[in-house]
Parts: sequence; structure tokens; C-alpha cells
Amino acid sequence: MNADSAGALSLDPAERLLAELPAAPAVWCSGLRKRYRRRTAVADVSFTVGRGEVMGLLGPNGAGKTTVIKILLGLVRPDAGDVLLLGRPARDPRARARVGYLPELFRYQPWLTAAEVLDLHVRLAGAAVPAQERRECLAAVGLADRAGDRVGGFSKGMQQRLGLAVALVARPELVVLDEPTSALDPIGRADVRDLLLSLKARQVAVLLNSHLLGEVERVCDRVVILDKGQVAASGTLGELLGRRELRLRLDGVSAEAEARLAVAGPLTRSGGSFTVALPADQDATTVPDLVADLVGLGVRVHAVEPVRISLEERLLDILRADPGEDRR
Amino acid sequence: MTARIVLAFAALTLQEAARRRVVRSLAVMTIVLLALSAWGFSRLDAEFGTFTSGEARMAATQVLNLVMFGLSLIAALGTAFLAGPTVAGEIESGTSLAMLARPVRRSSVLLGKWLGLVAFGSGFVVVAGLTQFGIVWATVDYWPPQPVTGLALLGAQTTVLLTLGLLLSTVISPMASGIVAVGLFGATWIAGVVGGVGQALGNEGVALVGTVSRMLLPTDGLWRGAMHGLQDPALLEQFPAFGDFPFLSQAPVTTAYLAWAGLWVVLVLGVAALVFWRRDL
Repeated sequence: MNADSAGALSLDPAERLLAELPAAPAVWCSGLRKRYRRRTAVADVSFTVGRGEVMGLLGPNGAGKTTVIKILLGLVRPDAGDVLLLGRPARDPRARARVGYLPELFRYQPWLTAAEVLDLHVRLAGAAVPAQERRECLAAVGLADRAGDRVGGFSKGMQQRLGLAVALVARPELVVLDEPTSALDPIGRADVRDLLLSLKARQVAVLLNSHLLGEVERVCDRVVILDKGQVAASGTLGELLGRRELRLRLDGVSAEAEARLAVAGPLTRSGGSFTVALPADQDATTVPDLVADLVGLGVRVHAVEPVRISLEERLLDILRADPGEDRR
Repeated sequence: MTARIVLAFAALTLQEAARRRVVRSLAVMTIVLLALSAWGFSRLDAEFGTFTSGEARMAATQVLNLVMFGLSLIAALGTAFLAGPTVAGEIESGTSLAMLARPVRRSSVLLGKWLGLVAFGSGFVVVAGLTQFGIVWATVDYWPPQPVTGLALLGAQTTVLLTLGLLLSTVISPMASGIVAVGLFGATWIAGVVGGVGQALGNEGVALVGTVSRMLLPTDGLWRGAMHGLQDPALLEQFPAFGDFPFLSQAPVTTAYLAWAGLWVVLVLGVAALVFWRRDL
């Protein structure tokens, strides 16, 4: 009966040492692997989410994002790998005491009221949260006037809002949100963005799995991109999106002028439109110098437009790249 | 911390039974059964003129056991269909995800649900059983010799069945677990009757069917013990020919058998906890 309590008691000295280190990361996982029969869902995933950091988990459908999240939360047993949540090994249920979770499949007891669902989760978390704070939590997700209504009568969007309140109610230090806006209307999505920003301001770490890249780009400090159960790329948004492009519309481009363009960066041409991929370490003079040189070479310049690569373009680039290629 | 989680889930299970109208449907079924039995017993009383007092007691005892069998069936169906969805249904719907991501052990969750179901099943057996005793007492002036033992054994029978339902619900789908639990309960009862026939005919092979099934799933053995506590002890001495009747029992339940039933519950609950602990959600 107490098979998992045995696991908690048998912390070896190394784990105890790790647990006692100050300000352990919110999530640390290493070498996670999971197979379902013949299908490999997760193959060697490692990453860290720092305290107070908002990290986006991105990737196509079936990349293993939800499985990774479930492994972190002890809902799925990994075949290999280690997880520490807030400095404690995830085998120990107490590691989840300050963790809030909104599952991708959000369902709450239809026969309880919204307020009762929150009460239940506060009790299960073992937290002391006054009634006033619980009401504020419901209000923060826009359910203040539905606190006494049974969840069975809620729309999907309202249930997802309730799920957000459940994830936030027990004063978490880490919040794991799996597709938090999948059932929400545009206003709801904006609310979630505000909630994420307020969590960030309160130094609550967030692990966010979302397909809405605009949202991720706006709130995340870092992203990990999963593909086929592996980490395809990871880094800060600055690192991943550092590449910029320069789009030019030109006329009278000689071979010499084209060579000058190619010096600035890899060049693609379609008629009079030229696109130069600028290196990440370009300085402020690169573009004006290029334009001046082109004019000097007799090129007529109609338009010069610096473009920042969006996360979506970068994600598609990474996912379409050959597996052997270095994707960083 | 563990006790707090166990109690929270026990309370949640009782709350679910109350809110999901399980209580109301059970109450309706029970009231129908009790009303029918009240009518039947009052008719029995009206026919007393042509019965000897011994015959009348015989009839009262048999009908009481028959009605109690009906009640135990309602308790069995009710708890099996509550126990089924409680784990499997919550996994299927996703309700368990948010709860099991809390700092709780799955074994505590299961134990809490089990406690809640035991309280619910036993509460039902006690309330419905006592009402039935009252009806019999008022109509034909019969009070069972060991009402407490009888009700306790009925409660134990319900507990055995819901423990099985809980184990099944950690492995198979909600509907299947309810159906399999009730099906096994019925099969064991029939095997018990077959065993009784074998005993009456002196056929050891057939008698063994009842014995083995009573060991594999202790519901029928406990039910026979409960009947023994409810029937008039003088009856079988007066009418030994009725000894093989399926709604009368010749012998009380033994301590060894009770111990086995207890061990059975612990073992099955332990296996359920192990299966649930290893399960990916």
C-alpha cells in the first residue's frame, strides 16, 4: 500500500544534499525517456526552469510535450531519467506541495461548485489559504459571480478558467499550464496573458505549453522546442530569434552590387526583391553601410525593410530542418 | 498528512454519492422493496388462521431472508456501480489529473475512496435492514435472533464486493468494472446454491463448487452467515428438510472464514493500490 512512501523515505545522501541547496531551480529534469509499447513518446529530454522564469514548451502535435509535463508531475512513470521539482525529487509527493497544474484535459467534479473545487484543492495541497484569497483567485479568472454554481453547468471555457484558478489557488511557486487557452475566447486569452505576466512579476516560475506562439513570444523568457520526443532547440528568445532579415526592393543591380549584398549575409533574390539574412552579431552600421555602398554602385534603392524573425518562422525552420543538421 | 488526504477523499466520495442522486435512486428502490415486503408480510399475517404458528414463523423467516437478499443486492449493485467509476471514470474523464498532481499518494486516495464507499454501503445496509426488521416485527411479530451480527455480515459482504469493484476500476473501464463485479457476485451466489444442492445429494464434487467459490469471493459465505443470524434457530430443528433451501443457512459463519474475508479485503485493496500506483495517467 505504501510503495511510494517507501520511495520518499529512502532519499539517498546525494538527493538530500541536492534538496538542501539554496534556490534550487523550479524544474530540473535530465534524460527523461518514455515508451508506450512500440512508440517512443519521449527520448532523452533534459531542461531546467529557473525560479521565477517563464518557460515555453513548444513543438508539433505528438512531440511529447504533454508526456514530459505528466512525467514532471508524477502522473506518468518515466522509463529513465530524473526530475527535481523545487529542489525535491519528484518521486516524493511533497515535491508537488507548491506546484499548480492546469491539465490539457481539464475536468473538475461536475457535482461540486466552483468554490468547493478550490476548497478541495487547497485541502489536498495542505495550504492555508483564507476564504477571501480563494474568492480573489476565482475573481482573477473571471468567475467571481459563479462561485456557488455547480461545475456541471459550466461551458468549456469556464471550466478552463476554473482550472486556472485551481492551478493558482494554493500559492504555487511553480505553475505548469498545458494549453491554458485552448478553450478560451480572445478576451480569455488576453486575461491569461495578463495572469502570466502577473505571475512573472511575482517571481512564480511557469512552464507553459502553448500553440499560440504570439503569446509565448510575449511572456516567455526561454523556450524549449520538442520534436519527436527530443529537444530540437532551446534557449532564450533572444538567442533563438536573434537572426534578422533585411528585405530590399532594388533596381539596376549589377553583378558587383549583388556580390556586395552577399557579403552582408546569405542572399535570396526574386526579381527586384532581395532578402539578406543578417548575422546575429550585426552592429548598428551594417544596414546604413550596405545601403550607402549599393547607392555608390549605382543601384536605385526603392525600399529597405529590416525584419525580425517571428517565433513561428523560427519554429518552422527548426522543425523542417534535417535531423542531422545543427539546429541551434 | 496521509490521514488528512484519506479523510478528504472519504468525505468527497460520500459527497459524490449524495450529490449524484445515488442516494435518491437507492432510496427509491429500497422504499419500493420495503413497501412490497410490508404488504407481503401483512398478507402473511392475514393467512395466519390456516397456518400453525411454526409454519407462520417458517414463512416469516424465509420471506425476511428473501427481502434481505433483495436489500443486499441493492447494496451490492449500488456500491459496485459507485466503486466502478470512482477510479476508472475519473482517469477516463481527466478529473484525476489535477487531483493526483497535488502532494498526495495514490494509495491514500484509494484508501480514502474505499473508506467512503464502506461507510456508504454499511450505512445503507444498517438503515434499510433496521427498517425491514421493524416491518417484520410490526406485521408478524418476528424479531431476528442476532440482528447486529446479521447486519454486520451484510455490511462485510458489501465491503467485499466494493473492494473488488475498486480493484477492477483500477484496471478496466468504469462500466465494465461495475458489470464484472455484479456478475461475479451473482455467479458466486449461484455457485453457493449449486454447492448446497451438491451437499443435499451427497455429491462432494458439486459441493466443492460452492466451497471454492466462497473462498475466491467471500460474498456468498458472508451472506449465508448473515442469513443464519436472521433466521429463527428453532426452525431447522423442526423442519430439517428445509436445510437445503437457498434462503436458509444451516451453520453460522466461522471465525476462520471471517479472518479469511478480512485478509481477502486487505489483499485485494493492496493489489488495487499497487496497480493504481503503477498506472500512467
